[in-house]
Amino acid sequence: MPSRRRAFLILASLCLLALASFGLALMVGSFKVAPADVLAALLGQEGSANDVVLQLRLPRAIAGFACGGLLALAGALMQVLLRNPLADPYVLGISGGAGVGAMFAMMIGLPTLGIDGLAFVGALGAMILVFGLAHGDGSWTQTRLLLTGVIVAAGCGALVALMLSIAPETKLRGMLFWLMGDLGQSAQWWPPLICLGVALVLAMPFARELNLLARGMMQAQALGVAVNRLRYAIFFLASLATASSVTTAGSIGFVGLIVPHLVRLATGNDQRLLLPASVLAGGSLLVLADTLARTLIAPQQLPVGVLTALIGVPVFLFLLSRQPK
Amino acid sequence: MNPALLETRQLAVDIGGRRVVNPLNLILNKGERLAILGRNGAGKSTLLSTLAGLREPAAGCVLLGGEDSQLIAPRVAATRRAWLGQFQSDPFGSSVLETALTGRHPHLGRWDWESTGDAEIARSALKAVGLEGMEQRQIHTLSGGERQRLSIATLLTQAAPLYLLDEPLSHLDLNHQIAVLELFAGAARDCGAGVVMVLHDPALAHRFCDRALLIHGDGRTEIGTVDAILTAKNLSELYGYPLRQIEDGSRRCFIPE
Repeated sequence: MPSRRRAFLILASLCLLALASFGLALMVGSFKVAPADVLAALLGQEGSANDVVLQLRLPRAIAGFACGGLLALAGALMQVLLRNPLADPYVLGISGGAGVGAMFAMMIGLPTLGIDGLAFVGALGAMILVFGLAHGDGSWTQTRLLLTGVIVAAGCGALVALMLSIAPETKLRGMLFWLMGDLGQSAQWWPPLICLGVALVLAMPFARELNLLARGMMQAQALGVAVNRLRYAIFFLASLATASSVTTAGSIGFVGLIVPHLVRLATGNDQRLLLPASVLAGGSLLVLADTLARTLIAPQQLPVGVLTALIGVPVFLFLLSRQPK
Repeated sequence: MNPALLETRQLAVDIGGRRVVNPLNLILNKGERLAILGRNGAGKSTLLSTLAGLREPAAGCVLLGGEDSQLIAPRVAATRRAWLGQFQSDPFGSSVLETALTGRHPHLGRWDWESTGDAEIARSALKAVGLEGMEQRQIHTLSGGERQRLSIATLLTQAAPLYLLDEPLSHLDLNHQIAVLELFAGAARDCGAGVVMVLHDPALAHRFCDRALLIHGDGRTEIGTVDAILTAKNLSELYGYPLRQIEDGSRRCFIPE
């Protein structure tokens, strides 16, 4: 159990990591900006790099941070809700629903706003479908919820594959990038950021109750947690966080699964520390991955979802291997 | 006069549409120990979780400290009774001390962190079940018996006046079985705790409890002092297998024929 002081130190150092990732994201790219110029732009002084830093890179970095944070938070919450370390934000079909909406919008040629709108509608549809089916007879057990989610996700995957196979060649690249996750297409940076703030503020007061829920529903109830209410709340909170992220940047894989585990391996499984630390670590990881995605083979851009996996897998395996047995 | 720790009025319990307890009127006061015995599937665990307020009764009501268990806020209920379940699964890692500290949850405010005082309580609970020195061990490295004793330590940390124990002796070796029973008998004697426990050994029930409740599984229940209820005749009928009773001083033991 981390003491409050230790938790504070860990969060402070993760804040530094987040700042560093932003610094890198603002400096690096096909047009290099010196640190002094970045600082000048941020402080509102006149400079040659202002447009690149403030109009292009900063909004994208903020959107990336918010999406990474949302995914990591949703992943941590889903793992507690399903009491399953393999759960991630997409396991209950939220991204599948969003994918169906987004693919349909792209296929019929809607503009960005339409794609985002339909993606969000699809995510909400999948969420309500899973909730209704899993909750049907009032049992609402983890296994039933998980199975329902997995099946709905599989159904959505089939619909997405169907649309990919009948879509015109010219639209395929955009559709594939959306599916792999790509920050280049995010229209706005503030909706996910607001969602992230709201979700974290709503989740934190229940962090200790989540610790108990992770140990078992009956045990948590016996120790004074209103388990059913809490589980509804987490389901909707995690689903909406996922929907917000997926709507902004497509289904970026891996962040939501790996980051909570990374943080858990490093700091233990106390949600009071795990939730905010996952947000900071997930946000930073996605900002770094996105910076790499747009610089590695510039001016060509890679989908960031590919890089989160390429960075996340070795780091995770390294941490896992030095964990005492 | 203080209300009873636990009271049931015309309580009925169903499992899958089958009525297994009907009706049960029971009062448990401070310092009393009650054993629940019955065959597998007779409804002992279901009854116990109903008594804990974790399940809704099919009919009648359960009063914890004089209030209807279904109307008490979960946090308040957690300060009136502690419940030991049969199954623990731990999908995520955690240390022994962290696990024992979860018992402090109902005593902490929303933003409180566990204090050194709480850690002291947890440590002494771990000591009481013989797990001292293992505070930093990961729970998945514990043996079945050690894990069970850790659950009991968590229960002690909760510091509620009423203990509802579902098979507290499972996975425990003989030495720890007696130690655990003596621990709860001591809590009843010295601190006035009420103890309700599901047991499978009528001899231990006779030695460590004041009263016994037999559950036949078809709705019938019998309750009375251990001397009156725990007899070869009653138990043979309860388990559907002939038992012979052997007396040794004030102790009683039953062996299958």
